[in-house]
Amino acid sequence: MSEVERLLADALRPIEPPERLSGRVEDTLTAVTAAAAEELSDWAEELSESELHSLRDPRNWVRPVVAVGVGGVATGALVLLEARRRGRQQASGRLRTLTERIR
Amino acid sequence: MSEDKKENVEPASLDPEAKAELDRAFEDLYRTHLRDIYSYAYYRVGNQHDAEDLTEQAFLQAYRHFDRARRESNGRPLRPWLIRITHNLASNYYRDRSRRPQTPLDSTGPIAARHGTEAIAEGREELRQVIEHLDKLPDDRREALIMRFALGMDNREIARALGRTDGATKVLIHRAIKQLQEEMSDE
Repeated sequence: MSEVERLLADALRPIEPPERLSGRVEDTLTAVTAAAAEELSDWAEELSESELHSLRDPRNWVRPVVAVGVGGVATGALVLLEARRRGRQQASGRLRTLTERIR
Repeated sequence: MSEDKKENVEPASLDPEAKAELDRAFEDLYRTHLRDIYSYAYYRVGNQHDAEDLTEQAFLQAYRHFDRARRESNGRPLRPWLIRITHNLASNYYRDRSRRPQTPLDSTGPIAARHGTEAIAEGREELRQVIEHLDKLPDDRREALIMRFALGMDNREIARALGRTDGATKVLIHRAIKQLQEEMSDE
């Protein structure tokens, strides 16, 4: 390693991100995930209503049951994620803007 | 599904199991590379506030395209892809906001902004010199050196991040170091 390379290695040390950044990015990603779960939950509800009439046909049972299960999981995930997000006590206005931007 | 639609698949459109697996993989990626992305962003923009914004935006963009990137990477590391996203965002940052320093001889660039004071305080004249010259290098040379020395990326990773061939990247780094040596020896 030349002298210049040694100096570069000394000057360009990795920089530790501030603690708050980790929480901030995680919160944003959590908000995005929650929004996706909410969409999924809405979709499952619509599906169960629109296909109620077909539930009498055993050939159609698998799909609605899976959809309701998915809705339950997604809703549960949404509740957990929301609780986690609130626990961090971060301002959410900015996150919503970011979430809207990438949806 | 058309090719266009395939390219626009987003995590929300996946089935729940695939989505959960994708989110876990992304969380690993995020935890592993947060410091790299933040370091690169910081050395590009020179202040904590904008570096945090860039880092957040980079991970949001990465999340949106993660599924596709993972499929197309064929198991190769995704760090160059993340760095490339950050690199492009940093370029847009300068272009859109006209913030690119004009680099007059006595100006302070992004890297000097962080380390200049430290070096002076420690009496490290050599360190101060290399930092100042680094800030004045052409963008591609400076960015390649940041990737090499701040992030420890090898030539192949840097090549992927910059969208160049391995050979062109090797030459780029060689010339960047040579230019620094020459300019420092002229002082």
